[in-house]
Amino acid sequence: MTEMSYLDGNMLDGPLRELFAVDLSTAMGRCENCGMTGSMASLHVYPHAPGLVARCPSCESVMVRLVRGPDRAWLDMRGVTYLQVPMPMEQALPEPL
Amino acid sequence: MGIVSPGFQGRPRSQEPALPPGQYLTEDFPVLSAGPTPRVSLDTWEFVIAAENGSEYRWSWQELMALPQETPTVDIHCVTHWSKLGTTWRGVSLDTLLDDVDTGAHFAVAHSYGGYTTNLPLDDLRGGRAWVAHTFDGAPLPAEHGGPARLLVPHLYFWKSAKWVRGIRLKTMDEPGFWETAGYHDYGDPWREQRYQGD
Repeated sequence: MTEMSYLDGNMLDGPLRELFAVDLSTAMGRCENCGMTGSMASLHVYPHAPGLVARCPSCESVMVRLVRGPDRAWLDMRGVTYLQVPMPMEQALPEPL
Repeated sequence: MGIVSPGFQGRPRSQEPALPPGQYLTEDFPVLSAGPTPRVSLDTWEFVIAAENGSEYRWSWQELMALPQETPTVDIHCVTHWSKLGTTWRGVSLDTLLDDVDTGAHFAVAHSYGGYTTNLPLDDLRGGRAWVAHTFDGAPLPAEHGGPARLLVPHLYFWKSAKWVRGIRLKTMDEPGFWETAGYHDYGDPWREQRYQGD
């Protein structure tokens, strides 16, 4: 039998778009276990399971779990201490009159 | 007359074995995994039952093999909708392993090499309904299916049958495991289709 393989975190893009307005594939995440910070696209995603399991590429700790039921979804991100999301540059505040 | 009867069209649907609701029959054995496959040496493998009072009961691989062995043939039902009927395993009944364990606990958390956990009522591990299984279909259980040994609790969805099992912690309170903390049902009875929380 073949060894179970993982996909890269780009495959999270579609499923997470169902939940978030921002594109998380370009976000950076910090692993709660080892502190490694990297793009969400670099996570190792195991899709052949009852849900999606995304693991840190450095220490293999679980960072994200996403379970999709027929009418509900559960997102567990306890393995991510923060997400850094690219945002459009803020407009300069108008000068006070 | 030919070898194949011209009227043969397979088994009538009315004779199909009953499946739990929402399940389809599969003949192969899909591999599901939430992470890398642990490779556990039999020299270092151990199974530990930890009671709620702090007592621990340990078995090495050789000690497990020296216990009375059973050969259950059971139907298994995965929450991802496949069912496989008449699977044959060999292993040690949890009744045997729990026989000398002094506990007043009502709940159990199975834990695995690799970090996986799943929770069950302790009663569901008793009564000839649960095994630590090391052999599937007459051969050592392959690592991708949970070898050297996995929990086998076929009356519940198969995520409760923890692959690469290394022990059971007995609890006075129910403590949700890996999938149960991410939306899946705490009990997981396939005949009541208890897939998700609230089902």
